[in-house]
Amino acid sequence: MELTLILPEIAVVVIGVILLLIDLWAPPEGKRPLIAAAAVVAGLVCICLFVFPPALGEAFGGMFVMDALALFMKQFFMAGAVLMLLFCYVAYDRLGGRVSEYGVLVLFAVAGMMFASSSNHFALFFVSIELITVSFYVLVGFRRESVMSLEAGIKYLILSAFASAVMVYGIALVYGSAATLSFDGIAAVEGGLTDNAVFLVGLLLVTAGLGFKIAVFPFQMWVPDVYQGAPVTTTAFLAAVSKAAGFILLIRLVFTAAPETFRQWQPLLMIIAGATILYGNLCAIPQRNLKRLLGYSSIAHAGYMLMGVSAMNAAGRVGVLFYLVAYMFAVMGVFMALYLAHGNPEKDDIESLGGLHLRSPLVAFSMTIGLVSLAGIPPLAGFVGKFLLIEAVVRDGMSATGGGHAWLVAVAVIGILMSIYYYLAVVRSMYRNAPDARAKPVSIHVIGRIYLYLCIAGVVIFGILPGGLVSWIKGVMTGFGS
Amino acid sequence: MSPLLQIIGWPFLGMLLLFFVPRGRARIVRGVSVFTVFMSLVTALYVFIRFSPGQAGFQFEQTLDWIPALGVSLHVGVDGLNLGLLVMAALVAFASVCISREVKTREKEFYILLLMMTGGAYGMFAVLDLLFFYVFHELALVPTFIMIGVWGRGERRVYAAYKMAVYLSLGALLVLVGFIAIYVAAGAESFDIPVIAERLQSAPLSESTQSWIFAVLMFGFGILVALWPFHTWAPQGYASAPTPVAMLHAGVLKKFGLYGLISIALPLMPAGAREWLPVLAWLCVGNLLYCGLVAMRQKDLNLLIGNSSVAHMGFVFLGIASYQFLGITGAIVVMIAHGLLAALSFGLSGHLYNQKPGLRIGEHTGLLKEVPFVGTALIMAMLAGCGVPGFLNFVGELLVFFGAWGVVPWITVVCVWAALVVGAVYMLRAIRYMLHGTASNSGLNDINGAWLRMPYALLLGCLLLLGVYPGLLLRGIKPAVDNILPASDVAQVMNRGEVVDAMPITVGTEESGLSEMEGSENDSK
Repeated sequence: MELTLILPEIAVVVIGVILLLIDLWAPPEGKRPLIAAAAVVAGLVCICLFVFPPALGEAFGGMFVMDALALFMKQFFMAGAVLMLLFCYVAYDRLGGRVSEYGVLVLFAVAGMMFASSSNHFALFFVSIELITVSFYVLVGFRRESVMSLEAGIKYLILSAFASAVMVYGIALVYGSAATLSFDGIAAVEGGLTDNAVFLVGLLLVTAGLGFKIAVFPFQMWVPDVYQGAPVTTTAFLAAVSKAAGFILLIRLVFTAAPETFRQWQPLLMIIAGATILYGNLCAIPQRNLKRLLGYSSIAHAGYMLMGVSAMNAAGRVGVLFYLVAYMFAVMGVFMALYLAHGNPEKDDIESLGGLHLRSPLVAFSMTIGLVSLAGIPPLAGFVGKFLLIEAVVRDGMSATGGGHAWLVAVAVIGILMSIYYYLAVVRSMYRNAPDARAKPVSIHVIGRIYLYLCIAGVVIFGILPGGLVSWIKGVMTGFGS
Repeated sequence: MSPLLQIIGWPFLGMLLLFFVPRGRARIVRGVSVFTVFMSLVTALYVFIRFSPGQAGFQFEQTLDWIPALGVSLHVGVDGLNLGLLVMAALVAFASVCISREVKTREKEFYILLLMMTGGAYGMFAVLDLLFFYVFHELALVPTFIMIGVWGRGERRVYAAYKMAVYLSLGALLVLVGFIAIYVAAGAESFDIPVIAERLQSAPLSESTQSWIFAVLMFGFGILVALWPFHTWAPQGYASAPTPVAMLHAGVLKKFGLYGLISIALPLMPAGAREWLPVLAWLCVGNLLYCGLVAMRQKDLNLLIGNSSVAHMGFVFLGIASYQFLGITGAIVVMIAHGLLAALSFGLSGHLYNQKPGLRIGEHTGLLKEVPFVGTALIMAMLAGCGVPGFLNFVGELLVFFGAWGVVPWITVVCVWAALVVGAVYMLRAIRYMLHGTASNSGLNDINGAWLRMPYALLLGCLLLLGVYPGLLLRGIKPAVDNILPASDVAQVMNRGEVVDAMPITVGTEESGLSEMEGSENDSK
């Protein structure tokens, strides 16, 4: 009976396995249709997840929890998987004949993320992280012929493995002091452990490991190189979807496993958030390579979302989830536009975007919309997300329990200012400079065109009419956390 | 549907239509833009005429739920305060779309952005919801940066666009933080301004909360209005902007900050206002005196107008800082007058600049002979700028000085001196060195044809009409301003009934003296 609760995960894994099997016998020219078929099937699963949401409940002795939050995140990840498979279909030439292997790894990573959104136990927590990370080891270094991709893969492998080791050590310490790995169990005994150094160190190490996954300061060192070196599809996947997995795990950890400890650590989380915002934005300003710039700015975005977590209230969690949705549409659109604009995988600098609006108005427009939304300018979705996050921090700051968080709001405002500067610089070079005479005309596959429209629509609609999504997320969040 | 929603809706409708007009069909693009903005203007005039002045509260109200989960709704309504601003915005927007003929490259994109800016500007004056107020302003602001960067003029346009973007985004974000703080502190779970006002009336915020929120709002709004010492973005920005953008931004968008201070910061946080307004009073000396002195040194007509426009903001700040009836009424009148005047001046200087980039004061003399229409309009704009009676600016400045005299007499003295002496010096010098003298035959063309002259004539006509008959504008302003002032102060003014009664009379006496002034003006030509 409990298996029905994990039907979505089973479906994703089965699609992946079948894809892997068919791939063995598929002729080289059949690989691209194969990934399209996988995208269609994943799309059907995604639709089913929305139309016939699975029943809520707990499975495997409370290890796996299927609550409204988990369901929302699964829908989110499934939509991300569909977008990713479509991206692979369009960006076929970047992945060569191994595109269906790539699709399989994407699906396995998504299965890991779906498990992560339901994890209520440190064992599942760690296993799902490893499922995601191991898939990413391959995805990052997927372009074997490229030195940069391989370098990025090795960097990601070493640092990520190190982070996992730290995390598992932390989990061991927590287990040693709390004598349980279940989040509910830890929460029950947490009251007596607030001055237990072993427990606190363990929790701190777990948080540090998660901090690596979501790339917050001071665990962000891997981001620029990996973002720049990895294939563009992987970079988009890392930025838009994998970050969400890290945040859902963080939300589970902070609000289910050890709410009291993290309430005490609120200043720490806030300082990390503020430092992350400043670091990401400051480093993004001088970047000349667009993927690297987006890498640094993704650090800053992680900082904004961490700000929402650190507000320790329902408004902050609503803000984080909204921000994730807004961020996914914007980032996916920007990376797709980036892929379409650049014929050459090794060349991603901003200068070569010059005159893009003459080469392809649609690509330039969707990149503009995506970047402007990331900068948080109304009426796009990114603005609503930033608004919700800042509102949450102000709300906590003005409530009786909180101190004043004016400095964090000020840091966020300064960060947004800097991001407006560097995002607009990209927009400017697209619209003002003349195109390079050698630049090839942009040819867009019809799926790519639809994909761009979809991303633009997501960013614009959730910006102008955010009401539905906000009340949905609020509904998801009622009854969650303290 | 409320006519206010129609006013906001027309430009956005036009914008959507333009997306479907093929590239290169500039005539259709222009036609659609002029038509939609004209319809907004007609609707705004309809609202102006149908507005019943005696009635307290908002009229033409309508509320559409937008984000119920957060208590955001598209709530529109006008009272005596924003009515005049809305009509002014419609006039300026119509004029600036009409003179956008100068734009010859990528018209489609330009008009889409211009209509977006226009729609945002209408929206920010018509809505009664904090979040929409912010969003509409930002909607109008973002196209400004893009248009300066892409269609701007001069070598330093990129620098100017960035500087403006950074300054104005900082101001806007501070305002947003202030709004969020109000929303959270009021605890009404609503962004609706009347709802929040009612809530704060029954349960006012603590003084310390009011103080910091007011400070955040004052500096946020102040940056947006080029409050000294945060004004340096303005002259360079306007000098680099394409003419219609300079007109719309200096004329209309900049009023966002002032309108926000008057209609949101003052009534919601009276204790904070009392603490911070003295600071504002001192800073406004910086605007009037310092920027006036800077304007005296300018050799470029655009920079002269830009600096004088910053200086004029000082009047409005002074009126707000006086925090009493005459001063605030005067501030509103100056806002409207300055909107029309800034649009007119930037339009004219843009016309000259397009023919002679880098036109410097003193290089070309005798413009009155060479280009009589532009010269005449420019001379009238400059006279209005130094507060000559007969123009609406005079009425507003007078009211501001009357209001401020009782509150901050010494600052008022300095400001009067700065406005009347310094202002007259730079304006009259510009007139002498540019407009008078022998014609230098520099090959400038005048604006010919009734249709092309119409936007300028419209702005000038409104300045004169309202200057002669300001009562038209001041209908219904009293209940609105009473709402802004703390209840005790209103009662005090009521007791000294003669002050209130005296106002229409002051206004009346100006009319009698007006014909002579106009006569002398005509002589000078």
